Amino acid sequence: MKILTLNFLTCARKLCKSSNTAFPLHPQDAELEIVEQDMNVEFLRNILPRLMWEELSGVVGELGLPALPPTVPTLESLTEKKLKAAENDPTGMNVVEVEVPSQVALDLHRLLLETCVKEGKLVCGSCGHEYQVREGIANFLLPGHLV
Amino acid sequence: MPLYLVRFVQMHESFRKAELEALAELAGVEIEFVSYQKDSPFCIVSLPSDAAACTIISRAIISHAIYELWGQGTDYPSLHTSVKETSSHLWAQYATTPFRFAIDSFQGHVPNAAQTKLIESFSYLSFRGPIRMRDAPLHLRIFEHYPFGSPTPSHLYLGRFLASSGRAAKTTYDLKQRHYISTTSMDAELALVTANMGLAAPGKLFYDPFMGTGGFPLACAHFGASVWGSDIDGRTLRGTAGVSSIQAKREYEAGKGIKRDVLGNFRQYGLLGNYLGGIVSDITNSPLRGCGAGGAGQGGKEQGAWLDGIVCDPPYGVREGLRVLGTREKLTDQERDTHADRYKEAAYIPPKRPYSFTALLADILAFASDTLVENGRLSMWMPTANDEDYDLAIPSHPSLQIVSVCVQPFSKWSRRLLTYRRLPRTEVTGNGEESMDAVKKNENGEEVYVRPRADDLNDFRRKYFQGFREGQQKDTQQTSSCPKPEESTQTI
Ligand SMILES: [Zn+2]
Repeated sequence: MKILTLNFLTCARKLCKSSNTAFPLHPQDAELEIVEQDMNVEFLRNILPRLMWEELSGVVGELGLPALPPTVPTLESLTEKKLKAAENDPTGMNVVEVEVPSQVALDLHRLLLETCVKEGKLVCGSCGHEYQVREGIANFLLPGHLV
Repeated sequence: MPLYLVRFVQMHESFRKAELEALAELAGVEIEFVSYQKDSPFCIVSLPSDAAACTIISRAIISHAIYELWGQGTDYPSLHTSVKETSSHLWAQYATTPFRFAIDSFQGHVPNAAQTKLIESFSYLSFRGPIRMRDAPLHLRIFEHYPFGSPTPSHLYLGRFLASSGRAAKTTYDLKQRHYISTTSMDAELALVTANMGLAAPGKLFYDPFMGTGGFPLACAHFGASVWGSDIDGRTLRGTAGVSSIQAKREYEAGKGIKRDVLGNFRQYGLLGNYLGGIVSDITNSPLRGCGAGGAGQGGKEQGAWLDGIVCDPPYGVREGLRVLGTREKLTDQERDTHADRYKEAAYIPPKRPYSFTALLADILAFASDTLVENGRLSMWMPTANDEDYDLAIPSHPSLQIVSVCVQPFSKWSRRLLTYRRLPRTEVTGNGEESMDAVKKNENGEEVYVRPRADDLNDFRRKYFQGFREGQQKDTQQTSSCPKPEESTQTI
């Protein structure tokens, strides 16, 4: 499961909904893998303002991944202008300006969409319940005594 | 605004206008239906420009193409008069363009021998370019609508072809060719329409809380959205359930064949980049951030409002009975301890209890209200009984506004695609305790919304379940293997 989705998941127990320690869930014994995926700047731009940045930073730290910048990157910082040889120009003399993903966007993409929890568990900071992750799929079904 | 002719597909009639309206909304253009008849595949709309017409039609599924309208009439003399009045200023620019003339007759046809003569009757257009049957830059089409059984057409149109629809995707995503499906997979055509109604588009985040083998997320991903979802049955996501997997699973276990799972579907269509994954969960105890918090946040933080769209066909338990996590009876202390001891074992299966249809609807709407961004959409399928004119309850929620209701009728029942818009927080009124709305037919046969009395609602529920039992009995006779539907009037 992608690190991005951890930012949208909290404890499934109704009792924990009002607690401010149930989010984010804490990954433990996590086996990480990188699954490459096409870059999608438009999606990053849309989703960035919806992230809980501080909580994301916390999870990144717990997983021992490179630290995030202290504040949310601006939308403008996701792309940069670059000069590129014009297409169908055999002389190579003409250049055009194109917009490409910036290093900020590439780093975020790597972290949020390509870094995945393959095995492990997600633990609620409020009730201590452990949700298992197997083959990249987390199980949030509550056992009989917690429903 | 200029007029255009939309060549609809003559089926799923009640979805056709709603789909174009959704696509116009997505493109940010105004569309007006100048003439639309349920029994006709030809519809006249006004749109701001050719470019807008092309943009909208390019994603439409229940349409074939869009044409610039050059004239219309009730017979050929009146069509010719209209063409001369409407489009004569357009002719000159095509004087030498390679062109093609075609005839599209609905419920009738022009004999081959008469076709040439018919096309020649338009010779006053004075096109001198070469005739080209393929990819002609100018493609004119005569449309004829014959009333059922009539030898002569009652409506005629002439149009210049602008663009084809997105209907080819229906074939691309056909279930027969799909890697991994289940008995409840929605056909590709209506799944794609659902994604259109939800306004799936590049950059957006969509979620299906009953994703099964992933048909709706796939359709949303086809239109560029990033998607994820959940299912109460982990086997479905992991790929050991489902129709196509029964044989495939044996092959896979025997060391031949490939693993069939939701991920494989995204791989098949080259959409892995749009798939964010699946989780095992239940709508009544959803782990999604903001869920159950009413859109406001834990610790004063705004936690909800991060999904652009929700698309789903909830399991209404018509065949299998509805189930949700929990137990019928309150657990004894000893039983609680047993669950607490065992839940980490791989073979542990959480207990489930019967769940009511109305509770499910209420849960889905609350889920959508909590998680959708402002103006985000919920597009949800819901079955209804056919046998009364009005008591077809549309579930309501104070922060969700109904956008459209599309009906797919079957003999004993119908299913409806309900589309809602998440109202901006400032526009929400009401306290969430309002009763369900009902749809009533007015004298023109159009559906209008009527707020029902409490006993209307009880009647609706009674009829609803009766309607299904009739359908169920029929099915049972045919297959004699369907389990009895769960009588589920218990609420949570
Ligand atoms: Zn908890």
